[in-house]
Amino acid sequence: MPLPADTDVSTPKFLRDKYAIVGIGETTYTRGSGKTTRALGTWALRNAIADAGLKASDIDGMLSYSGNDSTPSTFMAGDIGARLNFYMDCMGGGSSTEALIGIAIGVIEAGLCKYVAIFRAMNGFSQVRIGGTGARSAAPVNGDALHNRAYGWQSAGQNFAPTFMRHMYDYGTKPEQVAMVKVVHSEHASNNPKAYYKKRFTVDEVLSSRIICKPLHLLDCCVETDNGTAIIVTSAERAKDLKHKSPLIRGVVGRCSKPRLDMHYQHGPISRVAGYYAKDILWPNAGVGPEDIDAVGAYDAFTFTSMLQLEDYGFCKKGEGGEYVSSGITRLGGRRPQNTSGGHLCEAYTHGMNMVIENVRQLRGTVDDSCPVGADGVVQHTYDYREGGCRAVKNIEVTANLGWANPATGSAMVMRRGF
Amino acid sequence: MAVKGDYMGMVLSIDDLDGENLGYFAHCAEHKFHLQKCDDCSLLRYPPTTGCPFCSCGTSTWAAVEGKGAVYSYLEVHHAIQPAFKAKTPYMVLLVELDTQPGQPTPDDGIRVAANLTLPNGEFAPPDVVKTVGIGTRVRMVFSDVSEGLSLPQWTIDETAAQPAAPWRYPQE
Repeated sequence: MPLPADTDVSTPKFLRDKYAIVGIGETTYTRGSGKTTRALGTWALRNAIADAGLKASDIDGMLSYSGNDSTPSTFMAGDIGARLNFYMDCMGGGSSTEALIGIAIGVIEAGLCKYVAIFRAMNGFSQVRIGGTGARSAAPVNGDALHNRAYGWQSAGQNFAPTFMRHMYDYGTKPEQVAMVKVVHSEHASNNPKAYYKKRFTVDEVLSSRIICKPLHLLDCCVETDNGTAIIVTSAERAKDLKHKSPLIRGVVGRCSKPRLDMHYQHGPISRVAGYYAKDILWPNAGVGPEDIDAVGAYDAFTFTSMLQLEDYGFCKKGEGGEYVSSGITRLGGRRPQNTSGGHLCEAYTHGMNMVIENVRQLRGTVDDSCPVGADGVVQHTYDYREGGCRAVKNIEVTANLGWANPATGSAMVMRRGF
Repeated sequence: MAVKGDYMGMVLSIDDLDGENLGYFAHCAEHKFHLQKCDDCSLLRYPPTTGCPFCSCGTSTWAAVEGKGAVYSYLEVHHAIQPAFKAKTPYMVLLVELDTQPGQPTPDDGIRVAANLTLPNGEFAPPDVVKTVGIGTRVRMVFSDVSEGLSLPQWTIDETAAQPAAPWRYPQE
């Protein structure tokens, strides 16, 4: 929908519309890449640089994040032939993408560098498994971890489960409602040739998949994949000279948190997530509200994480997430489709990057679906969303990404179509 | 002094510099439950920290706390991640809100302590017991001995308490 009338579209305070994502790149999404994270990262970076129409030597800033399962910027920069004026490798997983975009804006604005490449490279299936199995599962338990891991309370799903369970208790949320998140994202993945899982699932299939950790079935959990992903941020001014009409960043919020991160369950209501706090930064800074958003990337490490964030960012009332995700709104063709690439539940697990990349493509009008290519070389989107068909969102102007680290920490970003 | 023990084949340890956790678990080793009480605002807190999350005071004193409460939320693990727990499935991690200091310092705060559902002897509860526990179940603290000087607090059904007619459980068994 068109942006609301806004007399304050470019307040210097928020740098609204002053920065853009000008390049996006990813590797193939695989299980068993047969490559180092160094090779995956440079592959994705090269793709993003080519996508932007830049030269590698233009990249003078680099940011990355990992949980000690990646390769630092220093090696990546060398391998692509970039001399850096700024770099930083942060600890972290989900919620880092939008937070690092905020840092990129800050360091460019402060004059430290001009083009920042942000990457996440991971062998989340073949090396450090995202589900927490493998070598990490048997790591010794020391100090503060005695209060959780000593009780078999370790993996992401296990860690988040008290929030999910309490939400069902507080609001009567039903398993079949939550399962709709997977159903809808899988429909979208079926129209994404690069999605790792393209199969469409039904509610019954989700609920009859084996229980991993109540309230999570296997199909409530995201995929584990090997991949590299990269995006390039620069000023809107410089973006004008580049290849695409690049989406502009309306506002970001980075790693906004609930109280008591040492153990956030001390502060309730525990069915509330960080979006409750983040929304009060995101929407005013972006100058739009949830009602203005045309497509969402709602971090789907689990079906529940998408749903809980939608509630606390105000896409529906608190406690009504189950109805919202079951209503058809979130489907392609609905008012506000979400995770149109299939997200973490189906396309690939990238700690948030692929959902930002997808929204950039949506805002450019260049999602890679199976629609016919016209004589001019441009994809002619059919907006027929049946299996194997189109996944472009019609008349898209504004998107939101809602990044999740855990119930207590989240990041978010609003982008608008470039002009 | 550092503490180390083997628990179901899993190494548990506390470093000699980690005074907060050493203090907490020293009481647990005697099967007593103590929490840090702020020397300034007098509020109790969990888990152990180096300062008060409510007033930032840097000193505290260990205070005896009754190990009783009700299940506030839970998870029930059917596919264990850690090898030590593979033989224990299905096992529960109970997030229990203590009867002590509810709704302080704000109505949203409570002392919520996580541990497994065990039998009174500290052994993991069998599946038929797991099926009887949910949100609202009244529990009391017991201890699983790990090694000399190291015991883990656990939760067991409080046989003396009035229990809810039907504690809330996830709808799919």
